[in-house]
Amino acid sequence: MMGSGDGSDNLHHRWSHLRKILERPGPFCHPDFEASPETLNFLMNSCKILVIGAGGLGCELLKDLAYMGFRNIHVIDMDTIELSNLNRQFLFRHKDIGKSKAEVAANFINTRIQGCHVVPHFSKIQDFDESFYRQFHIVVCGLDSIVARRWINGMIISLLNYENGVLDTCSIIPIIDGGTEGFKGNVRVILPGMTACIDCTLDLFPPQITYPLCTIANTPRLPEHCIEYVKVIQWPKENPWSVPIDGDDPQHISWIYEKSSERAAQFSIPGVTYRLVQGVVKNIIPAVASTNAVVAAACATEAFKLATSCCLPLNNYMVFNDLEGVYTYAYEAERKEDCLACSQVPQKIEFKADCKLEELIAHLCESAQFRMRSPGITTQTGGHSRTLYMSTVASIEQQTRGNLRRTLQELGLSDGDQLLVADPTSPNTVVLQLKLLNSTT
Amino acid sequence: MSSPAPKSPEQSEKNKKYDRQLRLWGDHGQAALESAHVCLINANGLGTEILKSLILPGIGAFTIVDGEKVTEEDIGCNFFLDHDSVGKSRAQATIQLLLELNPDVRGDYVDESVEQVLENNPDFFNNFSVVISTQISERVIIRLSKKLWELEIPFIACQSYGFIGYARIQVQEHTVIETHPDNEVPDLRLDKPFPSLKELIDSIDISKMELKDHAHVPYVVILYKCLQQWQQENEGQIPKTYREKESLRKLIRAEILNNDDGIPHDEENFEEAIKAVNTLAPTNIPSHVREILDDESCINLTSKSKPFWIMAKALREFVENEGAGALPLRGTLPDMTADTERYIHLQQVYHSQAAKDAEVMFRRVQQLLREINQSPDSITEKDVKLFCKHTSTMHLVRGSCIADDYDNKIFAQKLAPHLEDPESALVYAVLLRGVDRFRIAHGTYPGEYDDQVEPDIVKLKSCVSKLLNEWSCGPLAKDDYVHEICRYGGGELHSISAFVGGCIAQETIKFITSQYKPIHNTFIYDGITSNTASFTL
Ligand SMILES: [Zn+2]
Repeated sequence: MMGSGDGSDNLHHRWSHLRKILERPGPFCHPDFEASPETLNFLMNSCKILVIGAGGLGCELLKDLAYMGFRNIHVIDMDTIELSNLNRQFLFRHKDIGKSKAEVAANFINTRIQGCHVVPHFSKIQDFDESFYRQFHIVVCGLDSIVARRWINGMIISLLNYENGVLDTCSIIPIIDGGTEGFKGNVRVILPGMTACIDCTLDLFPPQITYPLCTIANTPRLPEHCIEYVKVIQWPKENPWSVPIDGDDPQHISWIYEKSSERAAQFSIPGVTYRLVQGVVKNIIPAVASTNAVVAAACATEAFKLATSCCLPLNNYMVFNDLEGVYTYAYEAERKEDCLACSQVPQKIEFKADCKLEELIAHLCESAQFRMRSPGITTQTGGHSRTLYMSTVASIEQQTRGNLRRTLQELGLSDGDQLLVADPTSPNTVVLQLKLLNSTT
Repeated sequence: MSSPAPKSPEQSEKNKKYDRQLRLWGDHGQAALESAHVCLINANGLGTEILKSLILPGIGAFTIVDGEKVTEEDIGCNFFLDHDSVGKSRAQATIQLLLELNPDVRGDYVDESVEQVLENNPDFFNNFSVVISTQISERVIIRLSKKLWELEIPFIACQSYGFIGYARIQVQEHTVIETHPDNEVPDLRLDKPFPSLKELIDSIDISKMELKDHAHVPYVVILYKCLQQWQQENEGQIPKTYREKESLRKLIRAEILNNDDGIPHDEENFEEAIKAVNTLAPTNIPSHVREILDDESCINLTSKSKPFWIMAKALREFVENEGAGALPLRGTLPDMTADTERYIHLQQVYHSQAAKDAEVMFRRVQQLLREINQSPDSITEKDVKLFCKHTSTMHLVRGSCIADDYDNKIFAQKLAPHLEDPESALVYAVLLRGVDRFRIAHGTYPGEYDDQVEPDIVKLKSCVSKLLNEWSCGPLAKDDYVHEICRYGGGELHSISAFVGGCIAQETIKFITSQYKPIHNTFIYDGITSNTASFTL
């Protein structure tokens, strides 16, 4: 592999923009910055960076990082290319529809940008273990899922080394996280164990809009209520194709469109359109090329700062919005002292002894502290463990389903017991200390 | 099993491809985009990044003007160049790779410098929707900006310079009907109820209702009734102070039904009414709308008046006559706790009044079109309806000509107040002007050559001092900025270009679609601190 300044004159010129920044001192540099050709050499030949997601942000990130001097890049994405990606995911063409996003994107970058080596992984983030993630200097996320963000966050945090309770800073892998929705976006820099992590700021992610079942069934007012009714109540009942709804099947969408139009007409509710039906059924988030470009660029700039120490990184959260002019705001999101993911504090939960297991599970899903998806709960008493409930494995679900309606007391739990909770939001089991309250209090 | 549903027109390939953006600017915004033609002057990294975010969403056409040949440095920051493009025409090389992005988009190029184009083909710029330039010299920018000002074509001059991004937007006049505000206060008219609303609400007697009905009365009804009661005791006023609002809230709370133990029930609709007290404001004409109605272009229509101003004039007359001091009703009702029947009934009342107002407006527009000898088809009923829905949030921009920034007297006045803040990001605009002067004097960028950085710092400092002196501004608070700019040596960082490119593409789309408020009129991105700032010059 060719180095940056090791003889090849055209490459020397090609990267002269970066060399000026990295080989000259400046008044606004990070105090640790030392102007030298070594920095670009490190960036190009040693630094390994992981991009998670090869979608709207991911395509931009790969390009931006490659031009900022990163040459050893891995990218993970489990998705394949769809027609509706083409208005912004610029590494994909019509002929690529159906192919792996990670593979097509990596191939494109490697062909266009000489010397850049992108390694694609057409997989889930959960397919890799600690030894995989440990090889990277920086992780950049361009994801649209909170669950995946939290999982990666938990994974990178689990790589931290504490010696006698003191964090070994060499074990920190910075996470740069970007997100977009329409004309809004955000960028954050996370130094796991040192600055606010994804779980520290769960309240920044608004809970998904849900409509109460009674509104949908009894007092619909909005076109969305009619669509939800068909989706949640009418489809399971009539199940026209005897399959679950597939938001990508035009026949399914057309059926829901027709039925929700009928229901809307019955209640004189205006505004059911095909586009709205699609949006509600697939939970579509609007997206444009420009916002993706901006947010990914800001992420790449931060990656460059972290890898080269040429400037202080963003501390630590920036919001962007170009609905009215261009607005940005940077601030320091604070760590949560008892964060589920990054604090060393044991987690406690309080419940009454006559509380049912299903209520405890509902709490884990709904409370702002946990926001879990499908927690599986095991208890450890007297040296052996017992699964109280697990929904992810069908046979165990069947065996443990009966426990949902039983109270914590009936399940033999007592004050001080440990609950081991496994959830897709984290690669690690969360240990909860149960404080059991007397049912009369 | 076959689907009985009819084939919807929204299932076309194009609708699928552009689905995620159609949800933002709508089919009409897309149509405007597809009939637009932008011109880019200088296809460097920033230039192609701007075009990328215009081509992907499907702009109609673009033209590149660029007389440069591709250099090795270009390859290091421009995605739309191949490693074997060196030496080729930059316009030709970039356009090929740009066009691959979207087969719906047409593109062409002129491989001449903008100076040559201005010289040889003065009418070249006449028909563009927006013109964008990157890195053009002082002399050209003055000529070009004057020309585009006369042509009334929006012009965006931008730069990506080291960690700094800069854009100056020039537009003579730009009007926006759909600004898409983030939090729109509902237009309910509870202080000035129109007859059908009054009639409907007066016919509802809350006091005789059972709990189930009582808990499903739309909050608008509750708020209206309690406001009436409050107004009787307060000379028909609207509560303004915290105390007044609190006393209205108390009235609402008193209406909540109690259970057998005398404890209030959980009535969400009443909670919504209590919350809405805060947003209760007298129905009037917002000041920015007043300014539009009092604008010269609104009052004195001519045969050349644009549809916006004709509708604004109709609005002015509506407010003075049928509206009795109010804008046409928006006619939308937010969702609220209610049973279907009463919610829909209320919604229909608002909706039909809005339709009536829009009809009056449309008749007035037709009348005005006749008076100024414009075709009656030039403004459709649909146009008027859209206008009526957004009158309270519409937006007018009157910009300034970039050439004026080079008139020392005018510029000094605009700049001085901003420079009083030593931390103002506008210092970078001053520095970039200094770089222009440096290039005129020395033929290179300051710090372009490794062995010239130190002497160039001294020279750039002197260029900047002279400029500040011409503007009668004091010296810069510190030399740090001069050092930093020399460090960049005219280098372009791709991630900075990509950031500015995204922003400027969106500003271009704002001008083309006449939706959303654009930057007014100077934008600076400081990649060092990850901050942006906007200024009006
Ligand atoms: Zn945390």
